[in-house]
Amino acid sequence: MTRLTLSKALNEGLRKAMEDDPKVLIMGEDVGKLGGVFRVTDGLQKDFGEARVVDTPLAESGIVGTAIGLALRGYRPVCEIQFDGFVFPAFDQITTQLAKMRYRSLGNLILPVVIRIPCGGGIGAVEHHSESPEALFTHTGGLRVVACGDPADAYAMIQLAIKSDDPVIFFEPKRRYWDRAEVDTAGGLAEALPLNRARTVISGTDATLLCYGPMVRTAAAAAAAAAEEGRSVEVIDLRSLSPLDTETIFESVRRTGRCVVAHEAPVTGGLGAEIAARVTEECFYNLEAPVLRVGGFSTPYPPSRLEEHYIPDLDRVLDTVDRTFGY
Amino acid sequence: MAVKDAGRAASADSPRTGGQPESAEFIQLLTPEGERVEHPDYPLEISAEEIRGLYRDLVLVRRIDFEAIALQRQGELGIWASLLGQEAAQIGSGRALEPTDMAFPTYREHGVAWCRGLDPTKLLELFRGVSNGGWDPSAHSFHLYTIVIGSQTLHATGYAMGIQRDGAVGGDDGEAVIAYFGDGATSQGDVNEAFIWASVTNAPIVFFCQNNQWAISEPLERQSRVPLYLRAQGFGFPGVRVDGNDVLACLAVTRKAMQAARDGQGPMMIEAFTYRMGAHTTTDDPTRYRLAAELETWKLKDPIERVKAYLVRNELADESFFTALDGEAAELGARVRKSCLEMPDPSPLALFANVYAEPNALVEAERDQYAAYLESFEEAAR
Repeated sequence: MTRLTLSKALNEGLRKAMEDDPKVLIMGEDVGKLGGVFRVTDGLQKDFGEARVVDTPLAESGIVGTAIGLALRGYRPVCEIQFDGFVFPAFDQITTQLAKMRYRSLGNLILPVVIRIPCGGGIGAVEHHSESPEALFTHTGGLRVVACGDPADAYAMIQLAIKSDDPVIFFEPKRRYWDRAEVDTAGGLAEALPLNRARTVISGTDATLLCYGPMVRTAAAAAAAAAEEGRSVEVIDLRSLSPLDTETIFESVRRTGRCVVAHEAPVTGGLGAEIAARVTEECFYNLEAPVLRVGGFSTPYPPSRLEEHYIPDLDRVLDTVDRTFGY
Repeated sequence: MAVKDAGRAASADSPRTGGQPESAEFIQLLTPEGERVEHPDYPLEISAEEIRGLYRDLVLVRRIDFEAIALQRQGELGIWASLLGQEAAQIGSGRALEPTDMAFPTYREHGVAWCRGLDPTKLLELFRGVSNGGWDPSAHSFHLYTIVIGSQTLHATGYAMGIQRDGAVGGDDGEAVIAYFGDGATSQGDVNEAFIWASVTNAPIVFFCQNNQWAISEPLERQSRVPLYLRAQGFGFPGVRVDGNDVLACLAVTRKAMQAARDGQGPMMIEAFTYRMGAHTTTDDPTRYRLAAELETWKLKDPIERVKAYLVRNELADESFFTALDGEAAELGARVRKSCLEMPDPSPLALFANVYAEPNALVEAERDQYAAYLESFEEAAR
C-alpha cells in the first residue's frame, strides 16, 4: 500500500496500463512535458516517448476524432480533455461518431477510447472550468460513463476503463485531485471491483445516499454527521453512471426505504432524475418518502465567489436527508 | 511535389470576386473530346486493357447508381445519394489505391466502394434502412460511410497516425490513407483540424476533395473565395487541382500522392474539379437553385463519354466490347435490384445488438422487456 493523491493514483494507473499494453496512448493538450495541468500524466512522456504520450494541437474535436482513427488501427487512446467546459467542441465526435461506430458496423469494430475529463467546481476557477456535464453523456447510447471518487478507486478504474473495448467517458473530480489515501498499487485488477458496479462506502439502515465523483467525500461526511444524530445513512458511490448498477441501488433502497441522490450537476434533467424514476418504479412499495435530489441549480455555473452556494455541501446534503425523514 | 500555380488566384492583381475562376488550371490527361494529353509532372503509362478496365468501372458504377435511384423512386430505398458525374474522380482515385491502403468515404463514394470490392448490395442496406452500414471495414480497407460532413477526415488522420506508429511508412511495404470529402466539407472545423493534425504529424494521408460545385443548394462561393486546393498551402502541405471528370488524371495524381504518403513525404490535398450532375440526394430538387444551362455545359465534359471517344478513336475497343459491357451492366443492375427487393428486414431485437462490445445490463434489460412485450401480442393471438 502506498499513500497517494488522487492525481498521482491516476498517474500510476496510466503508467501501469501503458506498461501492460504497448497499444495504449495518451493524447491531449499539455500532457507531455508539463504532465497535464493537473499533473495526471506527469513523467509519462519522458518514460514512454512522444509517440505514445502526444501533445496535440489545441482542438478537442481533433483530439477525439484522431483518437477514433487510432482506435480503428488497433490502438487504445486515452484522451485528456483539459477541463469539463472544453469537451463541447468534441461533443459531436463523441456522440455522433465514437458512441455509434460499433453499432453502425454491426459489431465489426471496437472503439476502445477513454476520454478523461476533470469535472466539477470548487477550485475557484474562471468560467467553463467547473462544469458537470455527465448527463449529456449518460443520455447517449453506446458510451460508458464512469466517475472516480477516491485515490484507491481511481487507480483501478482508469486501468479498467482502458481495458474496456467500449468507449468510456471518465470523469475525475478535480477538487479531489489532492485528496490522499492508501492505494494498493501491487494488487492486480482481478481483485478490483468491476467498472460497472457501485460501491457501498458506508453501510446504513435508515436512508440511502447515492453520490459519485466529488460528492463521495461530502456524502461520507454527511453520513458521519447524521450518525451523530442517531441516523444510519448508507452511502453508495455509483462509480458507473452508464450503465447504472441498479441492482445495488434497489437492494439498498428496499432495505432503507429512503433515497437521496446528490450530485454537483444541475438537478433538472440530471442523473438524479433518472435514478428517482427508476427507484420509484422498482422500489415503490418500500419507499417511505419520495426520492429527493440535492445538486446544482438550473443556472449556469456561477462565478467562483458564489460556488459554495451552488455546490451541495455537507449541510445541504444533510438538510435533504432530514427532509426525507419528514414524510 | 510542387504546388503548381500556388498563390496565383490569390495574388494582389486578381479580381476578388470569390469562388473559383473558370480558367484556373488543372491537371488533365484526357480532354472532354477524348484526346490524350501529357502533363510533365504526371506521366502515365497505361495499357489499352487497363483503360478498358477503367471504362468498365465507370459504366458499371453509373449503372448501380441508376438502379438505386430507380429503387428509391419506387419506394424501395429511403433515400439515395447519386454519384452521377463524379464517376471518374471516384474510379480514378479508387483504382490508385493498393489493397493495404485505407479509404475513409463520405456517403457518396459508391465508385470507391466498387474499387474496394464491396458488394453494392451493402450500400443499399444503408439507404434502405436495413443497417447503418454494417460491412467489415478491415475486410475491404474501406471504412463505413460517414454522414456527418467531414467527421471522417479526422478518423482518417488518426488512422494514418497509427500507420506511423506501426512503422508502416517509408519502406517497401508502406501504407497510406485516403480521406474523401466534398467542397462543402471544407468549411467544417473537423476538416481544418484534420489538415492541421496531418500537417504537424506528417501523416501518410491524401485528402481527396471532390469539388462537385454544390453543397445541396449552396454554390462553392458560399464556402470559399479561394480555389480549394490552395487551402493546403496554408496548412503546410501541397495541394493540386485535377480534372475530376478525367479518370486518367485522377488515377495518375492520386497514385503519385499516395506513393509519396507511403514513402513518408506526408499529406497532400487533391481537389478533383467535377460536377454533381444529379440532385444532392433523391430528396432534393436542383431546379430550384441552379440553371439547366449549367448542367448542359457539364454534360459536354462527361467523365464516361470521353473515355469511350478515346477508345473508339484509337480503335482500342470494338463494338463487341461495348455490347458485352452493356450486357454486363444490365445484368448487374438486375442483380442489384433483385438483392434489394429480397433484402429481409432485421428482426426487431436486432436494434439492441452491438451497442456495446461488453455486456451492458441496461440495454439487455430493455431488450428483454421489449421481447416480452412483443411476445405478449403473439400470446394474445394464440
